[in-house]
Amino acid sequence: MSTHAKTAAKPAKPSRVGAVANWVDERAGIATAAKKQVRKVFPDHWSFMLGEIALWSFVVLLLTGVFLSLWFKPGMGEVIYDGSYEQLRGLHMSEAYASTLEISFDVRGGLLMRQMHHWAAMLFIAAMFVHLMRVFLTGAFRKPRELNWMIGGVLLLLGILEGFAGYSLPDDLLSGTGLRIADGLVKATPIVGTYMSFFMFGGEFPGDVIVPRLYIVHVLLIPGLLLALIGAHMMLLVYQKHTQWPGPGKTEENVVGYPMLPIYAAKAGGYFFIVFGVTALLGGLVSINPVWRYGPYNPAEVTAGSQPDWYMGVAEGLLRIFPGWETEIFGVTISWNVMLPGQIFPMLILGGTLLYPFIEQWITGDKREHHLLQRPRNAPNRTAFLAAMMSLYGLLWAAGGNDILAILFNLNLNHITYFMRVAVFVIPPIVFWLTRRWCISLQRHDHEKLLHGYETGVIMRSPEGAYSERHLPISEAEAYYITAQEPEKVYELPAETDMNGVANRKARAMKLRARMSKYWFGDNVPRPTREELEAARLHAEHELAQHDPDGHQHLPAGGYTGSHELDGHPVDGHQFDGRHSVEGEELRKH
Amino acid sequence: MTDLVHDPNNPTTAGNPDAVAHPVGDPGFAEHRPRPTDVDPAAEKRAERQIATFFGLSSLMAILFCVAYFTFDIGDDPDTILGMGASNVTLGLTLGLALLFIGIGAIQWSRKLMSDTEIVEMRHALRSPDEDREEAITAFNTGVEDSGIARRPLIRNSLLGAAGTLLLPVIVALRDLGPLPGDALYHTVWKEGMRVVNDVSGSPIRPEWVRIGQLVNAEPEVFYNPEPYDSEPIEGHHLLAEKAKAALILVRMQPDDITPAEGRENWGVDGILAYSKICTHVGCPISLWEQQTHHLLCPCHQSTFDLADNGKVIFGPAARALPQLPLAVDDEGYLIATSDFTEPVGPSFWERG
Ligand code: HEM
Ligand code: FES
Repeated sequence: MSTHAKTAAKPAKPSRVGAVANWVDERAGIATAAKKQVRKVFPDHWSFMLGEIALWSFVVLLLTGVFLSLWFKPGMGEVIYDGSYEQLRGLHMSEAYASTLEISFDVRGGLLMRQMHHWAAMLFIAAMFVHLMRVFLTGAFRKPRELNWMIGGVLLLLGILEGFAGYSLPDDLLSGTGLRIADGLVKATPIVGTYMSFFMFGGEFPGDVIVPRLYIVHVLLIPGLLLALIGAHMMLLVYQKHTQWPGPGKTEENVVGYPMLPIYAAKAGGYFFIVFGVTALLGGLVSINPVWRYGPYNPAEVTAGSQPDWYMGVAEGLLRIFPGWETEIFGVTISWNVMLPGQIFPMLILGGTLLYPFIEQWITGDKREHHLLQRPRNAPNRTAFLAAMMSLYGLLWAAGGNDILAILFNLNLNHITYFMRVAVFVIPPIVFWLTRRWCISLQRHDHEKLLHGYETGVIMRSPEGAYSERHLPISEAEAYYITAQEPEKVYELPAETDMNGVANRKARAMKLRARMSKYWFGDNVPRPTREELEAARLHAEHELAQHDPDGHQHLPAGGYTGSHELDGHPVDGHQFDGRHSVEGEELRKH
Repeated sequence: MTDLVHDPNNPTTAGNPDAVAHPVGDPGFAEHRPRPTDVDPAAEKRAERQIATFFGLSSLMAILFCVAYFTFDIGDDPDTILGMGASNVTLGLTLGLALLFIGIGAIQWSRKLMSDTEIVEMRHALRSPDEDREEAITAFNTGVEDSGIARRPLIRNSLLGAAGTLLLPVIVALRDLGPLPGDALYHTVWKEGMRVVNDVSGSPIRPEWVRIGQLVNAEPEVFYNPEPYDSEPIEGHHLLAEKAKAALILVRMQPDDITPAEGRENWGVDGILAYSKICTHVGCPISLWEQQTHHLLCPCHQSTFDLADNGKVIFGPAARALPQLPLAVDDEGYLIATSDFTEPVGPSFWERG
């Protein structure tokens, strides 16, 4: 490891810190581990912060959650409310609901902590979602990071379950309705549905045990699992080292960035306080889940426009648009209308997510390690797949709020639902196709830039009177960045004769793989070779020389330099990636 | 300018046929440009003061938090600011700013005063070296050999059996999580002669009190008045569980509009029909009534039922009609049920058939 540190480490003077470190090291031998980690290098990019936000909001959840648990009573015993909130005084309600009201109205800072807890939960799940998409789009899940991808997927699932459990704790009308729906989902399970429901609720819904049971799940079981998995996630991250964007000086073999101490200690520590601070501001200023307005749970009441938390929107949308299919056969009932959208689809989505790296690996046959990230355009199918999934997500989410849409836009609710039933099949493929085309045309554009330079916007008039736009070569750094991706190989079937010995089933799989691989890579624009680039450079030089007979602007030998000036400003497209200084940047940065 | 060279000894690229020379060539790191704080001591001093100011402001906010905590009342007669609870708003603001200022200060510190030269660290191979692998395998094999697990199938198999059998206690011990369903889902508290009462006042209902087009949320009288039915008072979670099955919708339509199914001709009283309030989809209580069309809409997933046509589903994800409760009038002229529901109410389940 080479460092550019200004001064070499001096032998430690005996100091108080040194004495403590010595005491610990004599017992735990921490120096050996610390010497590697203290100056560990992490690459820098704004998108690497998304996972960090998820991590910090989890810490905020732990802190605010512990505060809440000092007052919250996870009981379903009936009490008569006599707290500060007048509108509900005298009503029968569960201890859980009464204590949530107490936290909200009779504990100073209690409402703040409740709202911070809920906001942090939103942030936690949202950040995990966006982080997952970042990892997906940049191919950061490829070997050797498949394990961390799967851990991440499980974390997201656990986060959603944890959120649902938390949402159910206050035992207000909305959370009870959510549990009622969960009960319906469980009951739709073939054969054991009613048993599962009775075991879950300790008898008939709602019973008197579900809140205490969910409480222990919410404060111990899932947080414990989350903590362990987050630990594993971070340890793998440290061991494998972070991926980085390609660029000058960055290779598959190195990591370029800033050291843990002091840069990331200050930055990451700073982000923690910022996430914490933002949730505190939200908790203070923006109301969330005002349970006192909903009233205690009553299975015979419901509020119109009842909505779960946003991360449940997709499940809600699926439930809403599914047709009412049910089969009664041999004296049993199979509730397709609940089982498919409520149980099977979510499991398929989870399974597909966890297995995605392996599916892609099978298609591409790519078993190499990857530490340099891919630009989304360079993996058109992957990017298009995510875009299609996002459109599906958006549609289902909208379907989950179809009543709200109907009121908002004065539409017929049934028409929205019919539209959604068709749209979920039609729109994602269209989005896939469009995104794929778009990625490929971006690749072509890159290719153009490499061979013919970028468009300067300067219109030249030739001596003959013809007009043309002036192209200038891009900088070497940008050219290097654009061409960073190593060429891919389409999987090809072995020769006909070699296939003869292969069992039929295997041959079919191989053919499928060859077709998919062809589709996967087939339309990608290959990066130009050294010779092509050289030829293009000579051509450009020739043109420039023609434009400027007095020879002001010709290219120095050696190719890309990025020193071509247009009104005195070097333009290489790399200025705004945060790693390069640009003129005037200090105004922006400091 | 040097080409990116792939190290043949590095496992990340070794044996990789595609690791061809890069067409452009790595131009190497851009030259480091000093920041103002690197070269101008005055700028450095300014940055130092600025960062310390952030930390100072944070302390101030933390103190203001404590002041706000003791200043503003909550509870019965809370202080307000702009219509919001003063305590919550000021606590949130001061805590939020106290935290944000620490965060901003720390990040400014890292950006302005800490060194901003990127440093390079080499990756190491992720897999263990071959010798280590071999040693590990040898160690493992020695251990396995010593245990004799391969040579003594009797021990191995009985141990596997024992471990497997341990699953039984694990499952059996969970048995008491709840009672078995039995026939609980097939019955509600409705029975012959049970009065239908208003779910707010608990008072019985005469047919002539219900206007045409009106919807009344109703419940069985036993919830309010158990004595006539020889029942213990139903309270607490038992009440909720029973309500979750017995909640009722009472509607009055023009008798001509109603098309009763066979056998249901006398289930109504003068155009008054009673249906389960619990959606057959996943169990939400249904409430949105359109009197012109006789449609009842579930607010959860918008299943729509036609109450003039035996509660049939006309739209949405629900698959089954709303169960109907047969009605009659007792000696004193109040509405009563003539039996329990004739089928399970609420969400479908496997064995309901
Ligand atoms: C890790 C992710 C977590 C998520 C996503 C999460 C989410 C939630 C949500 C959405 C609520 C409902 C809040 C409301 O009333 O509006 C809640 C309530 C609650 N949570 Fe968490 N929580 C998490 C972790 C924790 C932890 C670690 C603890 C305790 C150690 C905790 C303790 C509580 C308590 C006591 C309540 C009920 C108090 C109330 O509702 O006012 N939570 N949680
Ligand atoms: S619960 Fe009524 S439509 Fe889903």
